[in-house]
Amino acid sequence: MSIASKPAGVEFRNVSRLYGNTAAVNDVSFTIEAGTLVTLLGPSGCGKTTTLRMIAGLEMASSGTILIGGKDVTRLPATDRNVTMVFQSYALFPHMTVADNVAYGLVVSGVRKRDAAAKAAEGLELVGLGGYGQRLPSELSGGQQQRVAVARALVLEPEVLLFDEPLSNLDAKLRRKMRDDIRELQQKLGLTSVYVTHDQEEALAVSDRIIVMNKSVIAQSGTPDELYRRPKNRFVADFIGGANLIDGELVGRGGGTATVALGRLTLSVPDPGLPAGEVLLAIRPNAIRLRTGETGGDGIPVTVRKATYLGSHMEYGLTSEFGDLFVVDPNVASPVPAGASALATFTGDGIAAVAR
Amino acid sequence: MRPRSAVWLALGWVGFALLPWFAGSGTQPAIAPPSPGPAGSALIDGLTSGRWWLLPLALPLLLALAVTALPGLRARQPVVLLASGAFGLAWVAAQGFAIGLNGWAWTWLGALFGPLPLGQGGFGAGAALTALSFLFLMTNGFAGLGFMKGDRFTAGAIGLVLAAIAAFVFLPVGYVLSGAGDTGTGGFSAAALGARLAAPDIWRLSCLTEAKSCGVVWNSVFLAVLTGIATTLLGLAFALVAVRTGFRAKKLLRVLTVLPIITPPFVISLAVILLFGRNGTVTLAMSDWFGLPVSRWIYGLPGVLLTQTLAFTPISFLVMIGVVQGIGPSLEEAAQTLRASRWVTFRTVTWPLMRPGVANAFLISFIESLADFGNPLILGGNFEVLSTKIYFAVVGAQNDPGRAAALGIILLCLCLGAFWVQRQWLGKKSYATVGGKGDNGIPSQLPRGVKIAAYATALPWAAFTFVLYGLILFGGFTENWGRNNSLTLRHYIAAFDLSWGPGGLIWSGRAWGSLFTTIEVAALSAPLTAAVGLLTAYLLVRQSFKGRGAFEFLTMLSFAIPGTVIGISYILAFNQPPIELTGTVTILIICFVFRNMPVSIRAGVAAMSQIDRSLDECSLTLGAGSVQTIRRVILPLLRPAIVASLVYSFVRAITSISAVIFLVSPKYELATAYIVGRVEQGDFGLAIAYSSALIVLMSVVIALIQFAVGERRIGRRTATPVTLQEKPV
Repeated sequence: MSIASKPAGVEFRNVSRLYGNTAAVNDVSFTIEAGTLVTLLGPSGCGKTTTLRMIAGLEMASSGTILIGGKDVTRLPATDRNVTMVFQSYALFPHMTVADNVAYGLVVSGVRKRDAAAKAAEGLELVGLGGYGQRLPSELSGGQQQRVAVARALVLEPEVLLFDEPLSNLDAKLRRKMRDDIRELQQKLGLTSVYVTHDQEEALAVSDRIIVMNKSVIAQSGTPDELYRRPKNRFVADFIGGANLIDGELVGRGGGTATVALGRLTLSVPDPGLPAGEVLLAIRPNAIRLRTGETGGDGIPVTVRKATYLGSHMEYGLTSEFGDLFVVDPNVASPVPAGASALATFTGDGIAAVAR
Repeated sequence: MRPRSAVWLALGWVGFALLPWFAGSGTQPAIAPPSPGPAGSALIDGLTSGRWWLLPLALPLLLALAVTALPGLRARQPVVLLASGAFGLAWVAAQGFAIGLNGWAWTWLGALFGPLPLGQGGFGAGAALTALSFLFLMTNGFAGLGFMKGDRFTAGAIGLVLAAIAAFVFLPVGYVLSGAGDTGTGGFSAAALGARLAAPDIWRLSCLTEAKSCGVVWNSVFLAVLTGIATTLLGLAFALVAVRTGFRAKKLLRVLTVLPIITPPFVISLAVILLFGRNGTVTLAMSDWFGLPVSRWIYGLPGVLLTQTLAFTPISFLVMIGVVQGIGPSLEEAAQTLRASRWVTFRTVTWPLMRPGVANAFLISFIESLADFGNPLILGGNFEVLSTKIYFAVVGAQNDPGRAAALGIILLCLCLGAFWVQRQWLGKKSYATVGGKGDNGIPSQLPRGVKIAAYATALPWAAFTFVLYGLILFGGFTENWGRNNSLTLRHYIAAFDLSWGPGGLIWSGRAWGSLFTTIEVAALSAPLTAAVGLLTAYLLVRQSFKGRGAFEFLTMLSFAIPGTVIGISYILAFNQPPIELTGTVTILIICFVFRNMPVSIRAGVAAMSQIDRSLDECSLTLGAGSVQTIRRVILPLLRPAIVASLVYSFVRAITSISAVIFLVSPKYELATAYIVGRVEQGDFGLAIAYSSALIVLMSVVIALIQFAVGERRIGRRTATPVTLQEKPV
């Protein structure tokens, strides 16, 4: 006996969830391929957790259809769905031992005690907690409790494994290790996983695809690379990676790139598919370089308002004719002091145009 | 859905076709009584005896059977189940109320359809099972349509609790309302209601102008206000001593708080009579030493006020302990660092923070005093209050249920009014300063003046209370208190004698019968109370559904209804078909379940709120259903609350008097009612001996349970103080 996986795809068709008159999730459609890890990313209150809970069956859709593995599960309660979840608070039953916790799902679905115990032990082995079975959850550290929660969800061999902000109760160092472990386990077992987080870095790190949500609807979905390089709107550009948002004008296109005018400069960006005219430029903080001692050239004159030394890089706050700019510069050897005048130039990569 | 619906459907058919529809042993014989056994079932009786109105019940059962058995119709199952369940339930209720013992119960139906040749008795096993089956078919239909997240268990539980509260709280109260407007010929008139409600002996204010007694409402309110003030001040003094001073014997003060749970409410009255009655120790001493004439001054307002203050101070103490402990020491420390002296701190920070809690304690005592029955009954003399007046309107020579109902309405309005004020006004004004860990600190000591005042009030009163309890325990061993103080076991032998007869052991003492009934009723009602209460708590805390707030208010409302009103309402409602229960042991059990349920709900809500919701959600995603989740996750974590509810309901069932004194019958006599009967006969010795036996018995029960379950578990969640506040009288 070993822990296999039965990954299945998830599909939402025009799903809404209403609380009274306010929609927590509004007419959302997406498809999650079997065997992939997809992250629901967004600020708090954007509907990502509600979406996750609708996959689990803990919330019922007000309208629309939810399919798991091609089967309509819209009206199926959580108990009857083959979906398990790792909770933000871990939700380990405090009155049961670690082994009993992991075996719980097997026992309640009628697996014989001995088989359930064997499989639970195997699950604990898988997350690196072999031999911890007889302890109580309260005797484990936060990271260990997290692993128990993962093992408990895994041993049921779910079609979909859900993670609800699983790392938010861990400290920064442990968080990085746990997220790598989760990703490794997911890829090793070929699980379909849906992962909720509000941390864009975490999302970029673990996901095959990311669904960015804002104000109850999907803002954009795509691979981490697509979202970072070619954001479709102002929200995504700002939320993922952060960006300086400046008004510009789209003046021409050709060969998959577009030309944008910023003052007297012209920059080339990936073609956003927008009509010519006013656009918004999203300029990544690391796409701006500062030069001192030069004037003219292909940059804009700025004044350094604030310079912060952060060891691995510098952070600058700039004042320019286009408004305030925020810059991350890896050059710590010769920093520009606050109050100095400089020329800001733009590197080719890291600029995108979105609708205004 | 199918298996479960099928089970309920099958039970519905059993109830309809096989079990006797009517209760066999009603208090009043029905005309042309139905045959016993399956022949008396609704189906057979309807076909053979001419009770045709039972037959339409087959229609919803057939419909439900069709959608459950025929695969082609399965898609429509939820809608049909919902409709047939609702129709069946409505029909059961409608025909039950419309057709009484002698044909139409509602006269306008007779005018419309002509007289019925025969009537029907009260619901029996068949009717109960069928109605239950309809209820669950209906809730299964609801769940099937996607309400309550499609959870059949939740839908069923909500339906069950609502139906139970409707049948055993609101139906009886409705009978009281209509009973007060009874014209004497079975009709209802607003004029009769108005006349009864406005009767001069209820409202007159003649005591202000002449030497006559005032209306009974003013008596009750005046007494309640005085009791409220006295108990609040004493409670505050006790709480300050217990929390804010270095007083050594705090444990002893805590004992005080247990006393009202294990004491029948009127026992204090007996003790007061032993001290201040005509043969009381103090009275005789005063007469010997100072020549003061022996009088009956204790019978009336002074005696009732004294006993109520004694009885309710512990409750107030508990409320105030919570209030005083709730004030974060850091706030006072902050005030002191801002250069406020101890006294200024107390006046400007501590007292304003306590004020809402003080008002709360006052209102609780106010309600308790209004609802109290045992003490005014024994010590009231000519001083009449609402609760005793209701009792005498029913059992006395007057026997005027309409008048009792009218008095009941007034008492109910007063209590509900105070309850409403407490919830609405104080609920919003409470300053919750009990925060997280940040609030820890050492409570500051009281200013000297306040400290002396607190000690001077609390300690003598505590001593007085303990003396009274000592007298109760001792009094049962004297021949005739005051007149002949020689020691004897006579009263105990009279009450609890055992002898050997030809058939073995004979329980020949006079108290055994009522004691066994009491324990039986208490033992049966305690688990039911805990189950209903915790189920309701589960629904309130764990499930969100439309009307949850109203649901909570309804369940808590039954707590504010005074015991005497419950008693009178049960007599009015359950003395006739369709639900005919008077004189049975069932009515006693039901009465206790719904009287004590709110406390069980409170304990359950408090404990369940501490269990993170994600635990049950997690269990659900792991494939466990609602029932398995409750059994495997919630119940084990709720053990302390369960034990608290069980103990509380058991003990309350043994000590309560106000409601059950209306409901006992010669066959099912309860201990408290028996003791009050003895007191009314002047047989104090036996009454006191029996009371002390009860107190000792319950102390032992509580101690045993604490020992069996483990002190730590009960102590950690401190479930007992929560339950204590809500002491129905």
